[in-house]
Amino acid sequence: MIEGILIGLSTALTLQNIFMVMIGCFFGTIIGMLPGLGPMTAIALMIPITYGFDPATGLILMAGVYYGAVFGGSTSSILLNAPGVPGTVATSFDGYPMAQQGKAGKALAIAAWSSFAGGTFSAIYLLFLAPSLSKVSLSFRSPDYFALMILGLTAIAAFSSKGQFLKAMMMVVLGLMLASVGQDSLSDITRFTFDNMNLTDGISFVLVVMATFAMSEALTIILKRNDPTAAAKQVSLTELGSIKIDKEDRKKMYKTIPRSSIIGFLIGVLPGAGATIASFLAYGLERNLVKDDEKQKFGKGSVNGLSAPETANNAACSGSFVPMLTLGIPGSGTTAVMLGALLGFGVQPGPRLYLTNPEIFWSIIMSMYIGMVILLILNLPLIPYIARILAVPKNYLIPLILFFSITGIYVMSFNNFDIYLMIGIAVVATFLRLYDFPMPPLILAFVLGGLMEENLRRSLLLSNGSWEFLWDRTLTLCILLTTAFIVIWHLYKTFKKKT
Amino acid sequence: MNINTTKIISLLFFIFSVFYLYTAYQIQVFAFDENAPFNAKTFPIYLGYAGLFFSGLKLILPDPETIKVEHKNLEYKKTTILIIIAIIYGATILKIGYFLTTSFFLFGSYYFLGERRWILMFLLSFPFVAAFMYLLHGVLEIYLRDPFLQLIGVMG
Repeated sequence: MIEGILIGLSTALTLQNIFMVMIGCFFGTIIGMLPGLGPMTAIALMIPITYGFDPATGLILMAGVYYGAVFGGSTSSILLNAPGVPGTVATSFDGYPMAQQGKAGKALAIAAWSSFAGGTFSAIYLLFLAPSLSKVSLSFRSPDYFALMILGLTAIAAFSSKGQFLKAMMMVVLGLMLASVGQDSLSDITRFTFDNMNLTDGISFVLVVMATFAMSEALTIILKRNDPTAAAKQVSLTELGSIKIDKEDRKKMYKTIPRSSIIGFLIGVLPGAGATIASFLAYGLERNLVKDDEKQKFGKGSVNGLSAPETANNAACSGSFVPMLTLGIPGSGTTAVMLGALLGFGVQPGPRLYLTNPEIFWSIIMSMYIGMVILLILNLPLIPYIARILAVPKNYLIPLILFFSITGIYVMSFNNFDIYLMIGIAVVATFLRLYDFPMPPLILAFVLGGLMEENLRRSLLLSNGSWEFLWDRTLTLCILLTTAFIVIWHLYKTFKKKT
Repeated sequence: MNINTTKIISLLFFIFSVFYLYTAYQIQVFAFDENAPFNAKTFPIYLGYAGLFFSGLKLILPDPETIKVEHKNLEYKKTTILIIIAIIYGATILKIGYFLTTSFFLFGSYYFLGERRWILMFLLSFPFVAAFMYLLHGVLEIYLRDPFLQLIGVMG
């Protein structure tokens, strides 16, 4: 492991990669501060640029964007009570009251230090857990992988759908259907191409991500007459106050941070759960653990109430890398985008990544730590200036998002058809968003579609067409029982609500 | 049954799944693969049935949390114009080239969204695209085909 850490450090600490983390954190913070534009959009917009780099650098850039976006989301939660990303909603419960009491600088500092500590702790957990899990997952067979993918898709549908489980499952199926377009990987038989040569290689992953996130979010903003930059315009006018944290508050944070980081990391590892659930859970738990007098302060500017969700959401970000790096199965929409980008680089994540591409594996882990340091050093003093950049009117922001989306597709294929297809998918996605059909399950399903079919094929061929492979191995059975529990629980909740 | 837009979307998805399933059954597989436990059409067939199952459930079950969208508050005009500009952009980018079409696309989009600060609009279109092209083409070595710039001799 020491050798791996050194490989990772030597890759992550090159001048180019440090610069990429800085750019990523900075860009991510800007996008994360804009309500409605989350880390997935930020990462999607970065994909075409990353193809100019080697895989490690590209992924380091995207990871920087991810942390930056989560941190940016916290900033708008604290200053404006307008969370940029769902994972920072809980931050606003105590961050915003603190800012209203004239302690915005202190709230930002607590959030920054908590994020830093949460990210650092979870990078350490990842450092130790990922290689061990990689070794364990080498024993996984096709049926286990197939069952894990079913679990991942069901879990993301359950957790990202705000009670609309069936809508989310429809999006999962749509994502798998889109992934089935093109040549069959084994027999080379073309499917659903309708004799269109442009579809022979299937639909590009970047195209689907750009269409369902970047482009469709831009169209939704215009359609709903939202102005994501309106909030940012107020930030520059806000008096931040001192960013000093006194001794008493630091003492409170020392207790909160370790436990919240563990919760955040563990929730992040679970497929589909992610930063939002982690931050709410950490907030709730912290409220139960603190003394009664501190409990009274929750919701009115409590240091523990701010520190807990901030630690947990950053820890969850690192945790969500665990299933992607060790199993090749992303646990969240954001890591699904990264997985797709990795596949685009020709790198197959999974248990063997640790052995075949140690420089990628370890440099991502190391760059997480570097990213946290950079976020702390750069972003805290720079927040008012970043806010000024954000005061760009939406009349400029929206065309620029469309421009980055279309350019992203153009530089990949030099093909009009892909641009039309992207616009078509974006229009459908915009319409679906209006009626609360979630997009992350679609992306995760699209990324996993090929792998899922491959593992089902192997399982069925090995078992001579029998479905016994689903319960032959204890591991497969356990995973499928967990999946069944999630499905039944959500259907039960739906029925209960309706009766 | 209460008919709302979510139900209509579910119905459309159901019809789409029927079409998908029909197309899946039409996939031509090799003769020796016809009776294999798994062939090119197995997975799509399962997906078709899954689509029917979930959209069917959504259609049948009552939907108390109906999402109401106030259509009169939506900005259809500007959204449609943006989509049309994007389609024109896509149609001309290969023939005219990246620099001109992208610059005009950005300039036109700013204009139709209501911007009238001409100098800023110009700076954030033509010089901005030139700088971005330099970043992609010159620094990152990502090839950008541009017949116009090739014609005037700026690009090799």
